[in-house]
Amino acid sequence: MAKPAPKAASKPAPKTAAKPAPKAASKPAAKPARGKSVESDEDFALRSLQMAHEDNKRFDASDEQLLHFYEQMLLIRRFEERAGQLYGLGLIGGFCHLYIGQEAVAVGLQSALTEGLDSVITGYRDHGHMLAYGIDPNVIMAELTGRQAGISKGKGGSMHMFSTEHRFYGGHGIVGAQVPLGGGLALAHKYREDGGLCLAYFGDGAANQGQVYETFNMAALWNLPIVFVIENNGYAMGTAVKRSSAETEFYRRGTAFRIPGMDVNGMDVLEVRAAAEIAFAHVREGKGPVLMELNTYRYRGHSMSDPGKYRTREEVQDQREHNDPIERIKKELAERGKTEDEIKAIDKAIRARVAEAADFAENSPEPDPAELYTDVLVESY
Amino acid sequence: MAVELKMPALSPTMEEGTLAKWLVKEGDHVGPGDILAEIETDKATMEFEAIDEGTVGKILVEEGTENVAVGTVIAMLSGDDDDDDDDAETAAPAPSPTVSDKDDEAGEGKGAGREPSEAEITKPVKAKAQRDPEVPRGTNMATVSVREALRDAMAEEMRRDERVFVMGEEVAEYQGAYKVTQGLLAEFGPKRVIDTPITEYGFAGIGTGAAMGGLRPIVEFMTFNFAMQAIDHIINSAAKTNYMSGGQMRCPVVFRGPNGAASRVGAQHSQNYGPWYASVPGLIVIAPYDSSDAKGLMKAAIRCEDPVVFLENELVYGRSFELPELDDHVLPIGKARIVREGSDVTIVSYSIGVGMALEAAEKLAEEGIDAEVLDLRTLRPLDKQAVLDSLAKTNRVIVAEEGWPTCSIASEIISICMEDGFDHLDAPVLRVCNVDVPLPYAANLEKIALLNSGAIVEAAKKVCYQD
Repeated sequence: MAKPAPKAASKPAPKTAAKPAPKAASKPAAKPARGKSVESDEDFALRSLQMAHEDNKRFDASDEQLLHFYEQMLLIRRFEERAGQLYGLGLIGGFCHLYIGQEAVAVGLQSALTEGLDSVITGYRDHGHMLAYGIDPNVIMAELTGRQAGISKGKGGSMHMFSTEHRFYGGHGIVGAQVPLGGGLALAHKYREDGGLCLAYFGDGAANQGQVYETFNMAALWNLPIVFVIENNGYAMGTAVKRSSAETEFYRRGTAFRIPGMDVNGMDVLEVRAAAEIAFAHVREGKGPVLMELNTYRYRGHSMSDPGKYRTREEVQDQREHNDPIERIKKELAERGKTEDEIKAIDKAIRARVAEAADFAENSPEPDPAELYTDVLVESY
Repeated sequence: MAVELKMPALSPTMEEGTLAKWLVKEGDHVGPGDILAEIETDKATMEFEAIDEGTVGKILVEEGTENVAVGTVIAMLSGDDDDDDDDAETAAPAPSPTVSDKDDEAGEGKGAGREPSEAEITKPVKAKAQRDPEVPRGTNMATVSVREALRDAMAEEMRRDERVFVMGEEVAEYQGAYKVTQGLLAEFGPKRVIDTPITEYGFAGIGTGAAMGGLRPIVEFMTFNFAMQAIDHIINSAAKTNYMSGGQMRCPVVFRGPNGAASRVGAQHSQNYGPWYASVPGLIVIAPYDSSDAKGLMKAAIRCEDPVVFLENELVYGRSFELPELDDHVLPIGKARIVREGSDVTIVSYSIGVGMALEAAEKLAEEGIDAEVLDLRTLRPLDKQAVLDSLAKTNRVIVAEEGWPTCSIASEIISICMEDGFDHLDAPVLRVCNVDVPLPYAANLEKIALLNSGAIVEAAKKVCYQD
C-alpha cells in the first residue's frame, strides 16, 4: 500500500494549541451541517478527500436526478411514518427503528453505487437503506408485519432483512457487527477482483465498539475496497454523542489506521452524493478504505418505545423546520420550475404506493407453521 | 372525507393510556409528522404524530382524560379537498375501537390465502442415513498424523475450489502456531493464506462476511479459547443469518482450531467449547479424533453450505493413524462411527476422549467386559440413532468427555437415552468428564482434573454392576 508522507511530517502542534475551545462545548449534540472549514481543522492529517469535498460541495444533479432523490426520500419518510402507525396498531411488533430525518444519507450514498456490483450492509435501522436500493416496499412492510411474503419470510423482522439479489447484506441486530461483516464483503470484492466496493453503515453509537477499529486496521492493512459510513444522528439510543464519545469528530477516527476521513452534511442529499463520488472514486482506484461521517438527525425515537426525555422538543422541531432534507429538495425543485401541483402529484403517488405496501403487509398470510423448521441449515445431514 | 384519529398503542403491551395534552386545536392544519398530542403510557409520555395531511376537525376526547382504550377515536381529521379520491388510502387500517377486539384487528389478513389446517407443525424430513463410503479393496493405507491430515484436506480443497482460503493468526509465514497450515503459503500464496493481526472478533467477522459475499473462508483460531472474543460472529452472524433471511444468506465458513485442554497451560487456555457451540441451531459442529475422520470431515466441512465449527485437539495433532489413500476422501457430516465393536457396554465419546475410551476398552476386555466405543465425530447435528442403536445392543451407556460435566454433550446423550431409549437401559447412564473446576496448572492437580481411562473403566464396571 502506498503510504503518504511519514506521520511526523504532517503532525501539527498539539491539539489544545490549535483549538480555541474544548470540542464538546463548541459542538452541540445535535448540530448537523457544521460547515466547518478545512483550515480550522488543520490538525486532522488525512483530510485530502475532505479538501476535495470542500472544493465542490454539492452534486450537480440534473432535474431528473433531483426529482428521483426527492421521490426516494419521500418514499422512505412516508413508509416509515406508516410503519410507525402500523406499530401503534399492533401490526408490527418487537423493535422497530425508524429512519425519519436521515433519508438523505442512504439516498445520496446509494445513488452513487454501481447496481449489481457493489454491496451494502447496515445495522438494525435498515428500512431506509433497502428502500433507497429500490427494493419493493411491499416485501419490506410485509416483513415488518411478520408475514410469509416478507423479504425474510417473516422470520427476520425489522432488524433482519436481506436481499442478496440487490447485494444488500442486512440488516444486523448486534450493534457494530455489520462493520467486520462489511470488511468481509469488501475482502470478497478484492479477492474476486470484481471492481466492486462495500458500503458499510453504522451509527455514532456503534462507532465506540472495538470491532469497528479491528476492522479499520485490517481494512487499511489489506487495502480493502470499503467505505465506512458513520451515520451520526447525535444520539446512541438516548445518549448524546458528547456524553459517549471522547472524540466526537468521528471522521477523524480512522486516523490511527491511516484511513482518510470526510465530514459530510447528511441533511443535504446533494452534499452527500458529492461526497460519495469522491469517496467511491478513491476506493475504486485501489487506494483503500475511506471513513465518512454523515451528520444527520433522527426525528423519531431510537425505537418505538423511546420516551424522548433526553432531548428537547425544540431541538427536534428546529431540525425539522430548518434542516429537513426533503423540504430542502422540495424547495429546490420549485426553484427549478416544478409547480406545486406537480409536487403534490408526486406526494400523492408516493402515499398511494405506501398505502399499497401497508395493505399488502396487512393482508398477506402469516408464515405457514412448517416454516418454523426451514432455513435453519441449508443442507440436510 | 374525514379520517378518524385513534388512540395509538405506543408500546407492544399498551392497552390504554392518558391523553395528557392536545398540541393542536380544532381547525388547525397539520401535515405528516406534526405532533398532535402527548399521551402518557405506563412507562412514559409519548408524542402522537400525524400521518396524514389535513385539518383537525372535532376533538372527541378532551385532554386530561385517563384510561383511554387503544383504538378509541380521539379526533377527526378532514383530508385535503383535492385528495378526496384517495382517502381510502389515508384511512388507517381500521382497528376495532375496543381493547377486547384487539387480537382480531392485529390478525386481520394474517391467515388469508391459507386453508385453515389442524395439521401439526411438520418437522423437516430427515435426510437418508448416509454412511461412510466404502474404501475399495486394495486401497493403500498410509500412516498420517492428524496435523498432516488436516493440512492435506485444506490443500486439496483449495486446489479444487478457488473460493477457499485460510485466514488466522500465524497461518502463513509462521506456518501455523501448531503447524497445521504448514506449506500452504508456499503453494497458494498470500492472497489465499492470510496472516491476520491478533484481532479475533474482527477477523471472525471479516471471515463471516466474506462467506456471505460468496467466498469459502477457513478461519483458524490459534485455539478456541480465543474464539470467545469472536463468539458473537460465530453465533449471531454466522449461525443465525440463513434463518433470519428466510434462506437467502448463506454463510459457508469453517471456524477451526484446537479445542479442549492442552498441557499445563492453565484455566484460560484449557476449555472444551463443544457443548457451547453444539447448543446453537444453525451451526454444524465437528470434533473428530483420528486422521481419517479429521481429513474426511474437514473436506466435507469446507464443501458444506452451512457454517461449521471444527474442533481439533492439540494433544492429538501429533498422533498418527491409518488413512486410506484416496483421491477424494470425504466423509458424511452428522454420522457417528463405531470405532470398536462390543456387546456389554457402550462408551460414547468424541475428540481426545475417544483415545481414552479405546484404552479403557482394552483394560475392560482384560476384565471380561466387552465395550463398544462410539465416536460421535459430529456434535451437531448429533447422530442420535447411532447412540440409540448401540444402547439397544449393549443396554448400558457411559459418556466419556474431556470437558466439564454440567450442560455437556454427556448431558445431552443422557437425555437422548432417557427420552428415546429408556426401555433398553439396564443401568443409569453415567458421565465421565473433567472435574467441575477451572483447570489447574499444577501437574498433579491437572492430572486429577482431566478425563482419564481409569475413570472410564470404573464407570463402565459400575454400569455393568461389576465394581
